[in-house]
Amino acid sequence: MSIEISNVNKYFGDFAALTDIDLTIPTGQLTALLGPSGGGKSTLLRVIAGLEEADSGTVTIEGADATALPVQKRNVGFVFQHYAAFKHLSVRRNIAFGLEIRKRPRAEIDAKVEELLELVHLTAWAERKPAQLSGGQRQRMALARALAIEPSVLLLDEPFGALDAKVRKELRDWLRRLHDEVHVTTVFVTHDQEEALEVADQIVVINEGRIEQVGTPDDLYDRPASEFVLGFLGPVTRLGGDLIRPHDIEISRYEQAATATGPITRWTRVGFEVRLEITPDDVLHPDPVQVALTRTEARALDLHLGDQVWLRPAVGAQTVTT
Amino acid sequence: MNGITTARPDAAPAAPSRPRRRARRSTLTRASGVGLGLAVVWFSLLVLIPLAAVVIAAAEGGWDTFVGTITDGDTAAAIRLTVVEAALVTVVNVVMGTVIAWVLVRDTFPGKRVLEVVIDLPFALPTIVAGLVLLSLYGPDSPVGVNLVNSRQGIFLALLFVTLPFVVRTVQPVLLELDADVEEAAASLGASRATTFRRIILPALAPAITAGASLAFARAISEFGSLVLIAGNQPRNTEVASLKILKYIEGDQQAAAASVAVLLLLVAVLVIVALDLISRRVAARG
Amino acid sequence: MADTIPSPIDGALTAPARRGVRSRRGPLALVLRTVVVLYLFFLVAWPVSLVVQRAFAPTGGQPGGIGPLWERLTDPAAVYAFYLTLTVSFWAVVINTIFGVGISLLLVRHRFPGRRVLSVLIDLPMSVSPVVVGLALVLTYSTSLGIFGDVLQTTGLRIINSTPGLIMATAFVSLPLVIREVIPVLEEVGEDAETAARSLGANGWQTFWRITLPMIKWAVVYGVVLSAARAIGEYGAVRIVSRGAEFNGETATLLIQNEYGAFNEAAAYAAAFVLVVLAVLALVVVTVLRPQESHRS
Repeated sequence: MSIEISNVNKYFGDFAALTDIDLTIPTGQLTALLGPSGGGKSTLLRVIAGLEEADSGTVTIEGADATALPVQKRNVGFVFQHYAAFKHLSVRRNIAFGLEIRKRPRAEIDAKVEELLELVHLTAWAERKPAQLSGGQRQRMALARALAIEPSVLLLDEPFGALDAKVRKELRDWLRRLHDEVHVTTVFVTHDQEEALEVADQIVVINEGRIEQVGTPDDLYDRPASEFVLGFLGPVTRLGGDLIRPHDIEISRYEQAATATGPITRWTRVGFEVRLEITPDDVLHPDPVQVALTRTEARALDLHLGDQVWLRPAVGAQTVTT
Repeated sequence: MNGITTARPDAAPAAPSRPRRRARRSTLTRASGVGLGLAVVWFSLLVLIPLAAVVIAAAEGGWDTFVGTITDGDTAAAIRLTVVEAALVTVVNVVMGTVIAWVLVRDTFPGKRVLEVVIDLPFALPTIVAGLVLLSLYGPDSPVGVNLVNSRQGIFLALLFVTLPFVVRTVQPVLLELDADVEEAAASLGASRATTFRRIILPALAPAITAGASLAFARAISEFGSLVLIAGNQPRNTEVASLKILKYIEGDQQAAAASVAVLLLLVAVLVIVALDLISRRVAARG
Repeated sequence: MADTIPSPIDGALTAPARRGVRSRRGPLALVLRTVVVLYLFFLVAWPVSLVVQRAFAPTGGQPGGIGPLWERLTDPAAVYAFYLTLTVSFWAVVINTIFGVGISLLLVRHRFPGRRVLSVLIDLPMSVSPVVVGLALVLTYSTSLGIFGDVLQTTGLRIINSTPGLIMATAFVSLPLVIREVIPVLEEVGEDAETAARSLGANGWQTFWRITLPMIKWAVVYGVVLSAARAIGEYGAVRIVSRGAEFNGETATLLIQNEYGAFNEAAAYAAAFVLVVLAVLALVVVTVLRPQESHRS
């Protein structure tokens, strides 16, 4: 196993940033640390990198105890949200930096840098300064710079957080494909559940300094271990005594065996999706129930604002009883 | 292009209510034109004509007189002393100024805010008071028994005092703006703290250090007030250029005074250009 | 792979949130801190505090305390010197403020031939040695050898060795201070409000008094404080253009020099004490005003 974290605690003053963290990160996989901001995920990443020292516990990287190793000796590649470009150096010199520090022969450095420039598609920009690059290009440069030292693990702290939505999506796909090619153990921090679900092999959900759940994207989405995980990975509504995803609710205009019934009190159309609010008149539902369906489904069911409808969980829907 | 065209509200050419800046060479109204005229006349009377008068006075006697004046034994010694002291003071400022800025930005300790005020004091104090201030600790009645009056060390000290804030105040904001990320990135790539400082931080600070050093040097070679009481004014020993100028003026040798003044100006420009070249090299090397 | 890698135009980026570097506590940090504190203590803090102390202490056989200090400061020569300094500083600051605000508006809000040259030249006075400033004014306005000497002779107007010369010398050395503060603020606030005011029918004068001036108010005040501090403390240029004798062109700074030279150190320290207090006061005002300025917007 590539990274073993056991019993790690970290305090900033009185604030418990990490509490009793035990985690195994498998070799060669892409792991996402997912959670709300301020939840401790970045701190955990920094503890793994050695940028932050844990108050207690151990970190083992590829079988070797790294707890006491300074960041310089851990051989980790770290990518920052805001690129952390060396502004006075060209793209080429940025990428070569780690190898120059390691005093590799010039020819080897040149060859390696050339290869990485190719990999991140920056060959044409090699002599530019970071200021002349776009955000996406800078982040690819930062990635190449981290990969140059052939790290045992690659750590990315909200790597796409500073980019706009479209670039973020493109880089996300690109990272996934890059990982399939390079196969370095990768851990990345994100607060975007869609990003985690789409890219990661394994997701670690962290909230308030504790690990909520570890699993594959499907595990987490289909079998959330807690109300928090259910809520964090997607929209949730309350139907009867259970929490359920709005698109897992079956809706009908005709009276049938149902968990709740009431009129459609709100109708919002977002692209292909139709979001409804149904306000049942019973004590179980103090708040309106949210239901999501496609426009086609809504049309097929002949639904209209104000219609009386009957709701029940769809077959196979995941619910969490509270 | 997807072929969809949408009317954009800003697409219609707006009738310009005011003439475009680029369109005309001048945007002066009559009133502001008169204002500009008055301002330029005053600026010329106060600054431009008098400074031109200095250059004219230096040039009036011709090249030989100019060279004769500045190579005259006492004067040459005064100029040499001034430039050497200013250079030494600049070097100390580059090191100490950077260190002080570093401590103010990166360190936290009680009383740090007092230091901030202390650093600005040399700017705020009148120069003659600065001289008196130094005399009180390093003069004849020194409580520590150090008397630097009439010595080159005294000049050095006075120049250190009046130039203290330059490098600190130019480096400090740049250091504040430096991203922690960048240093951490260097560390994660294996760079030690010394290497990170040399290859990442120093190149980023180089332009600010140079700017501060240039200001300090320019101030040091032209410093006058703080040296009057402490320098002693002994020809070929503790007489600096500005005091030599004063001596020439008081001896009614205005042309000679102007020659020294012009030379000092030239030296300042030369050094500032040289420092800028060095800074560019440091910033590009990494 | 990655055929869809975005092109150079791909990166709109949000403003990076900067995180400061946390201080690391190591032996080196402690060494540096100690060095800095000692350096500043011996170079600035201790000497300045000694001046204050000496203003109250008995020196040169004269008694110490607040009473004698007050006596030295109310000595007619000292009163004359401070009065002259204040008069000269007042006029220099008034001139610099009017000129500074005017030239800032012209440089920022207008385009005219020679604008760039003017904006470079405006900074010149700060980099000229005070002695040279004095020399320059003497070479221009002295009745005997100045460029305008003959004119002044015939009109009977005296500049050098007289109060106008003192005002000019003081205005010269502090000239860019108001401009340096006002120009960045004018550039930052932009023209929108002024354009709006004009569109509502305000004429140039009304726009200036009701819109522009309130926006740059704090920058002007800040510049005025800096100019005043510089003006009160000016020594070198003043020394050259003034006779500097008792009751005859002796400003506060010249008084310090003269008294110290005459071995009357008590009087020198007393006057120096007042100037130190004024300098510290200016520093305090400036630090208080800084946040005001950033709240502006």
